[in-house]
Amino acid sequence: MNINAIREQFPILHQEINGHPLVYLDSAASSQKPRSVIDAVKRYYELDNANVHRGVHTLGSRATDAYEGARAKVAAFLNAETPEQIIFTRGTTTALNLVASGYARAVCGEGDEIVITPMEHHSNLIPWQQVAKATGATLKYIPLQPDGTISLADVEKTITPNTKVVSVTYVSNVLGVVNPIKEIAAIAHRNGAIMVVDGAQSTPHMRVDVQELGVDFYAFSGHKMCGPTGIGALYGKKDLLNGMEPIEYGGEMIDFVELYESTWKEIPYRFEGGTPMIAGAVGLGAAIDFLESIGMDEIDRHEKQLAAYAYDKLSTIEGITIYGPKENRVGLVTFNLDDVHPHDVATVLDSKGIAVRAGHHCCQPLMRWLNVSATARASFYLYNTEEDIDRLTDGLIQTKEFFGHAIG
Amino acid sequence: MQLDDLYRRVIMDHYKNPRNRGTLEDDAVTINLNNPTCGDRISLQLQVVDGKVVDAKFTGEGCSISMSSASMMTEAVKGQTFESAIQMAEKFSALMKGDSVEFEENEDIEALSGVNKFPARIKCATLAWNALRKGIENQNKE
Repeated sequence: MNINAIREQFPILHQEINGHPLVYLDSAASSQKPRSVIDAVKRYYELDNANVHRGVHTLGSRATDAYEGARAKVAAFLNAETPEQIIFTRGTTTALNLVASGYARAVCGEGDEIVITPMEHHSNLIPWQQVAKATGATLKYIPLQPDGTISLADVEKTITPNTKVVSVTYVSNVLGVVNPIKEIAAIAHRNGAIMVVDGAQSTPHMRVDVQELGVDFYAFSGHKMCGPTGIGALYGKKDLLNGMEPIEYGGEMIDFVELYESTWKEIPYRFEGGTPMIAGAVGLGAAIDFLESIGMDEIDRHEKQLAAYAYDKLSTIEGITIYGPKENRVGLVTFNLDDVHPHDVATVLDSKGIAVRAGHHCCQPLMRWLNVSATARASFYLYNTEEDIDRLTDGLIQTKEFFGHAIG
Repeated sequence: MQLDDLYRRVIMDHYKNPRNRGTLEDDAVTINLNNPTCGDRISLQLQVVDGKVVDAKFTGEGCSISMSSASMMTEAVKGQTFESAIQMAEKFSALMKGDSVEFEENEDIEALSGVNKFPARIKCATLAWNALRKGIENQNKE
């Protein structure tokens, strides 16, 4: 993996921020975009733009081919059985809400259980709270081990024959831990429940095979994997999708419309009411081509190396606390410095051109579990280097000095 | 971008030695406010007598800017009528917009003028002041 050649393809990285070369360590929030993705979106608008699935004219056909071509790329990328099992959405949040509203509300009732974990992002937590409230189902949590991992013994104890839905993140956006999805899915299925996966933090960074994992629904966002904002997808098992009611009604998703009754198109179109994010899908397709050209295993290996390097290097800073396990972690490190609030850490780092995230990371229950109100997080992607982590380490040492002096 | 513009010595002093940190009696007006985007939270208490704030205390969690701002605000608001407290909060909003404003109530507050150059941090500085406004608005409604 030629890191310099990769960095060359990301125009945004080659600029100074506050007088320093940019070190972008916030890809878990949103990744940067390679030129090929930016160009694909531009080319679509300049050459092919029209509405999809409607026009008889040539541009309409080209737009439709581009949009459906992107769907086929997503399907292949996740190793879905067929492209029609990929529903384009605005992102992970919309995809998870679609499962909650379109599937879970219909199947859950009093006495049923929905099982999640305390490490879920709000987008894989609140939809289930709302389903539980609306249906009378009980929301249950698989407890976390002291290091933030999930034990399969706890999974066995929490999931029961009353469980209808299990929804777990593949990778925690705070702890960086990779959860044993395949094993959890097997336990869910043995109890007659379906398995939903929040893939927002896994899809950009590792090879994902939804059939191998044996999951029923899998959601992810394009913008965290070099694609545009406003596009993501939901993968679903064919029989489950076929049994689901749409949650948005309008153009594009209908079969016949009468004055008082209507019927729906087949999947995936019945879940894609209105004009879809065509350019976004085209950009996502280009992002997949880009990632595949480097290789997901290669990207995974690079980021694991960076994570291990960062963990060791940051551990040398006196007064730092790193959250989550050392092993089995993706390319992100969440931490706090003693006596310096993470917002202050982020502001000082920004003054040195280093972009990190500070706050609760949309994981308030997990923050309470960690017994902190906020944390700082550095997250890596294929374009990050060990030099970036050295700059981060130096920046954190300077932050401590600055606050030690300022508070002194 | 000069860090010293933001983190002035007087701010760090209020952060390290917050004034009025603690709680008042149960009959005090209590306002709980949080900043949902970042997790900062404040619980502000105002002891109110005849339309005047006679005492103020706060507890909470947050960065140096939000906590020092709370410390300064509680110092300044003591002894103020509701009307003058709201006027002071208006002045603070103007300070955050980059206006040159004097605070004879507590000159320390002027040290927060540098926050204006750090747009992402303005919400930190205004948290305690929003709690003050909310508390007085609730009192005026009663």
